[in-house]
Amino acid sequence: MNSKRTGEKIIYWLMRGITYLVVVFIAYILIDILIHGLPAISWEFITGDPEKSGAEGGIFPAILGTFFLVIGTIVVALPLGMFSAIYLTEYAKQSKFTQTIRMAIVTLAGVPSIVFGLFGLGLFVIALDFGASILAGSLTLACMILPTIIVASEEALKAVPKYMREGSLALGATKWETIYKNVLPYALPGMLTGAILGIGRAAGETAPILLTAAAFFLPELPSSVFDQVMALPYHLYILATQHPEAQKILPMQYGTALVLLFLVIGLNFVAIILRIKVRKKYKW
Amino acid sequence: MNKQRLKAKIIKYFLQSCGSLSIIIVLLIFLFLFKEAFPFIGSPGIGELFHNIWNPVSFQKEEFGLVPLITGSILVTILATIIAIPFGIIGAVYISEVASAKEREFLKPFIEILAGIPSVVLGFFGLIVIAPLIKELFGLNTGLTALTGAVLLAFMAIPTIMSISEDAIKSVPAAYKEASLALGASKLETIWKVVVPAALSGIVASVMLGMGRVVGETMTVMMVTGNAPVISMNPFTSVRTMTATIAAEMGEVTIGSDHYMALFWVGIVLMLMTFSLNMISYRVLKKYGMIDK
Repeated sequence: MNSKRTGEKIIYWLMRGITYLVVVFIAYILIDILIHGLPAISWEFITGDPEKSGAEGGIFPAILGTFFLVIGTIVVALPLGMFSAIYLTEYAKQSKFTQTIRMAIVTLAGVPSIVFGLFGLGLFVIALDFGASILAGSLTLACMILPTIIVASEEALKAVPKYMREGSLALGATKWETIYKNVLPYALPGMLTGAILGIGRAAGETAPILLTAAAFFLPELPSSVFDQVMALPYHLYILATQHPEAQKILPMQYGTALVLLFLVIGLNFVAIILRIKVRKKYKW
Repeated sequence: MNKQRLKAKIIKYFLQSCGSLSIIIVLLIFLFLFKEAFPFIGSPGIGELFHNIWNPVSFQKEEFGLVPLITGSILVTILATIIAIPFGIIGAVYISEVASAKEREFLKPFIEILAGIPSVVLGFFGLIVIAPLIKELFGLNTGLTALTGAVLLAFMAIPTIMSISEDAIKSVPAAYKEASLALGASKLETIWKVVVPAALSGIVASVMLGMGRVVGETMTVMMVTGNAPVISMNPFTSVRTMTATIAAEMGEVTIGSDHYMALFWVGIVLMLMTFSLNMISYRVLKKYGMIDK
């Protein structure tokens, strides 16, 4: 009996070890990039223009470009995703049509990012003739993060209890009034969580904008949505793999990686905190 | 009153059209992949795609055989899955059945971070840290191999496998566990002989979803697998995946050229592969009530 117990203990420790190995790996990535990236970060690095094709200077145009792309993406994807979620939770009945929508959402969530790139290239860049631009990139990214936003918004809507709707309907409010005044206000923070997660994904993706929006170096900042932009992930990719002196400019690469990582993980972190807060605030 | 009815109807149809947007986008994706790829059937001929050589830029004879790209993707995906499965599943069992509540509250968000790391950052880390390590460890000429890509992609699949397996394990009825414990089985025996088998279909689905993610991953593989389009099942050789081929070559092709169309064919194959992996796992998860109907 005792030896069996010891055996079980060993197995528990093995399981613990394997799980924490993943934790160690994540921590190693974060710490490695933090330690090597921090010395590269300076006011000039954040606000300056790249010089000598990225070997010196800063990354400001790339930060700004990513910012533009993300804003464009969320402006398109957030309302569409929210309305889509409202339809699915509040209006849709069990039918073939609803099932097809659900299957489409799952499919969309699984489409490889580079295929979104091809799609954006074919539809937005060529067929609609937007060219490689902020507009084409944002629309492509918006299609990509739509499932994230729909799923998170649906969860937020479902968390609002039924009686909130029934009470309002019983008092004579219409269905839309009920949704608008008695459901949405409580679901909104949860929906925002989804939006932030979507932003994080859009900011970090490279493959879709590779074909639809990004340029490595532009002499001027973009002035309209039809202009190409520089973007943080693309900048890092070029510096790390295509630059003739890739080995010598490691600090620049680490600095860019740190800024990107900080941005994306920061957004994820905000979303997680917000989710915990919402759950605590609304206990039905 | 009638005006109000009309308004309600308009709102409903508006929301419905937003709801069907996902269907439209999926259809548009297929449509545009085929539209751009289609003329290839006439001119170089679809048979070209089944050749064993991918050499799209050549003065003698351009070759558009997809076989080396497909085997490259398959090799990396299989290796990554083999590496990810033990971590993903054991991690899920540990988090849901063994870890204390406090531990769980730390582990779950922390592993979610892994899912949030941009693929280009992971690729960069792989290039600087993992590739030299693998070169040293196995005494290779280059660290840019299928194995290097697989190690990094495994860590991308782990969060997916873990979180969905965990859901599957949680949805096993408590009565199963209680019955097993009441019959004198230890906790460990209950976990591995009752809980995990009962959750197996969900776990399998999670692995397939993880594989779907790995097949479609672009930036990381492009940066660390060496990009040599050769047919090989050796983990220590450089390979080139379908995703990396599109990303690396699309920037330099003339729109409408044979090469351009061939890259869209690569996209179609890729789309079909991930689509079938996703649909199978979706069916399984739905059958076991882990997805809304």
